[in-house]
Amino acid sequence: MSDAKAAAAKAKTTTVELRLPSRMGYEKVAMSTAASVAKLMGFREDRIEDLKTAIAEACINAIEHGNRLNEKLSVGVVLSAGENALEVKVMDDGVGMKKQPAKPDIDRKMHGEEGPRGMGMFLIQALVDEAEWVAGTDGHSYVRLVIRLDKEAA
Amino acid sequence: MQSETKSRVDQLTTPAGHSATILRFEGDIASTSKDAVLGAYQALPKATTKLILLDFTKVDYINSSGIALVIQLMIEASNSDQKVYAFGLSAHFTKVFTMVGITKYAQLFADQDAALGAL
Repeated sequence: MSDAKAAAAKAKTTTVELRLPSRMGYEKVAMSTAASVAKLMGFREDRIEDLKTAIAEACINAIEHGNRLNEKLSVGVVLSAGENALEVKVMDDGVGMKKQPAKPDIDRKMHGEEGPRGMGMFLIQALVDEAEWVAGTDGHSYVRLVIRLDKEAA
Repeated sequence: MQSETKSRVDQLTTPAGHSATILRFEGDIASTSKDAVLGAYQALPKATTKLILLDFTKVDYINSSGIALVIQLMIEASNSDQKVYAFGLSAHFTKVFTMVGITKYAQLFADQDAALGAL
């Protein structure tokens, strides 16, 4: 992208920010806000459902693992609506992940070889176009998700 | 903040004459749903319960912790020679259940009539 195009795209970005308590259930506030923004952008219903699940799982990870359910800490959510994509950052006060967990395996789960949990990150990666986990050096970490507006299929 | 999960048990007979136990859920299926999901399942008499149908018709939100509870139920059912089926999931959660592999061990149906008719 040329500098001029990048600058134009940035100028058209609309940002919505949320600060959630580190309490289970508040991921639903992020879900409904993200759904409203995505609807305004023209996303199809099925993609909005994908986004809702992905952002819920990102917030749950931030609440449970990042902030360890410490209600004195909050989870930051920044939704950046561009012309063709919605970027979501979910930030917590954790140290981030050292390595990605293995892909969940239903056969291993059914046979008791791995626990029944551990599907959040898999779902996030499967449901959005881009997902990256960034461990900050300043005690803050974030996950960045991107979901693109598919105009042809809209 | 999470809506309380309610569960109810119904006994029905399939058109083919099999006895089926339906676990009907209502509300969110999340980490707080252990009693409603696993507790309700574990209260069923193992000796006489062989076909279990999970009804998600009135469930709007299922997260990964809720899916883990469903998988835990499936594991316990499998260990007790019980068959688990599900119906009433939205298109999105049908996709999610398929993605995580649940459909390999529990067949999904659109609604109760379709499920009962197939059993």
